[in-house]
Amino acid sequence: MKGKIKFVQGNEACVEAAMYAGLDFFAGYPITPSTEIAEHLSYRLPQQGGKFLQMEDEIASMCAIIGASLTGHKVMTATSGPGFSLMQEALGYAVMAEIPAVIVNVQRGGPSTGNPTHVSQGDVNQARWGTHGDHAIITLTASSHQDLFDITVDAFNLAETYRTPVILLLDEVIGHMREKLVIPEDGEIPLVKRLRTSLKEGVDYHPYFPREDGRIPMSDFGGVHRYNVTGLYHDMWGFPSDNPRLVHDLIRHLVDKIQNDRHIITRCNQYHLDDARTILIAYGSAARSAHHVVETSRREGQRVGLLELKTLWPFPSGLIREKCAKARTIIVVEMNMGQVLAGVKQAVDNPESVFLANRIDGVLIKPVDITRIMRLIQGRGV
Amino acid sequence: MGVKDYIRTRFFPHIWCPGCGHGTVLNSLLTAIEKLGLSKNDIVFVSGIGCSSRISGYVDFHTLHTIHGRAVAFATGVKMSRPGLNIIVPMGDGDALAIGGNHFIHAARRNIDLTAIVMNNRIYGMTGGQFSPLSGYGIKATTAPYYNIDHGFDIAELSVAAGATFVARSTTYHVKQLTNIFCKAILHKGFSVVEVLSQCPTYFGRKNNAGSAVDMMEFYKNNTIPKGSKAKEENSDLIERGIFVQKELPEYCEEYDKIIKIAKNRG
Repeated sequence: MKGKIKFVQGNEACVEAAMYAGLDFFAGYPITPSTEIAEHLSYRLPQQGGKFLQMEDEIASMCAIIGASLTGHKVMTATSGPGFSLMQEALGYAVMAEIPAVIVNVQRGGPSTGNPTHVSQGDVNQARWGTHGDHAIITLTASSHQDLFDITVDAFNLAETYRTPVILLLDEVIGHMREKLVIPEDGEIPLVKRLRTSLKEGVDYHPYFPREDGRIPMSDFGGVHRYNVTGLYHDMWGFPSDNPRLVHDLIRHLVDKIQNDRHIITRCNQYHLDDARTILIAYGSAARSAHHVVETSRREGQRVGLLELKTLWPFPSGLIREKCAKARTIIVVEMNMGQVLAGVKQAVDNPESVFLANRIDGVLIKPVDITRIMRLIQGRGV
Repeated sequence: MGVKDYIRTRFFPHIWCPGCGHGTVLNSLLTAIEKLGLSKNDIVFVSGIGCSSRISGYVDFHTLHTIHGRAVAFATGVKMSRPGLNIIVPMGDGDALAIGGNHFIHAARRNIDLTAIVMNNRIYGMTGGQFSPLSGYGIKATTAPYYNIDHGFDIAELSVAAGATFVARSTTYHVKQLTNIFCKAILHKGFSVVEVLSQCPTYFGRKNNAGSAVDMMEFYKNNTIPKGSKAKEENSDLIERGIFVQKELPEYCEEYDKIIKIAKNRG
């Protein structure tokens, strides 16, 4: 990889990646620990002719990026827990109306104002089910700035591929930590362009009529095709309908387009999994501590591996089941009360072999927190 | 083109009750657009939720039917990302000024070039007749069965104070004035607000013994006066119609274009 080397915060790495991916419209509202994303973009975007908007709240921010995405732009907003809560209704609108967008949630401790300046991973289930109604969602995360860069570009690509909002679920440690980032050359990471209709002006365009491959070409709002977009159940013209068959097919489509492709959307890092008796499953900043445990345990001759999840939703059940098939002990390492733990227990044959190593006190989980749990499980005491 | 050329006949009949004022607003608005000779491809309707918001589905423009109270926020994204478009934001009184009040005043403050139309029937019609922030003291509604103790906003005063650079009011009775105001509001560069008193005989009318749709329009005829009229001094209950503010101030998208120029020079 030949590229520009930088020493940056995670929030800046996210900005670099978003610009690389072609971001040209951002709307947001300042909130710790995500604020640096807005600050950097307010400087960077106009340099490229892009637009930065500081809105009156997170609700408006989410609404504004949806409007801008419809006109054909690559859009993003960034926030933290309280703001992410406010965005949920409009997020559901983007799901329903199938509008690409990237939403960054740099997690703090919750509920409510919680702990703005400290780390947590408590919003995993909110990312999945924060908005009401049946739907599917893509949620990605990362534990290093290089991975964060790649996964941010990925988020934009998946948003376009599936015509869906994609959530980047970071955490305070990743957002504020500084480390090396190599920005790839242009073209090094492929970018997914918006799929636009090839229909000419005057030809009847159906905004929600899928091609044979299931993808639905878009037409820029303000272009030559005039159509309706709504958050109501709708037909292929985008016009409201309560026809039961149509409603059924719409919900199935919204869920299936993502769930059926979970094997394509699943991303992970694997460390020493082949012969591992004990497998740690972690993501985000917690994966850094878990990785440290794996490296030190291996030096001591223990057969410990790490499955680092980079896709949290759709939940990578198949991957977890496959990788954990031979493990005796599985320890989920996360900074919440077991939000990924629940999914792992469902995914594996033997849920009794799954344990939780967690912290919920706003302090980054340390290797010693994990090794202490490992010793207890092994019956070796603290 | 006639007014009919601007509607999606496939999606009619509309959902509005007999006697509802919103059809008159639609007619007046389309007449204004026809007068101005705007291209259909250059017009975007962005609406929220409520009876009034259904207007966007019926017109043959780019139409974005969004969520309750947030039409102005969505419209801000559309306008900022594609400033060449004419954005019209039809809203109800609850949509614009209860749940959407914050977005409304901030768009006014920015002076972004949107045409906000508040179809004020002083009631939540779609949910069956609850009081809105425009109902006013003493009004009856399904959630004010005794009487309403909430005081109403004055949309014109609120808009002026928030920084809107075009503010006007008319009624469904005064259609010619309304069309004229719509023309000016659409042409105005900046945030423009048009309040239209629009009757809801089904809920507001029935709950408050206001009579039929015709009676309610008679009320508009007899209880409104042109702005600046001396009659207001003698009877402060009279409602003023006309243009309250029309001034030229820098528009938000154009101001951001200046930022882009500066940033490109530095970058």
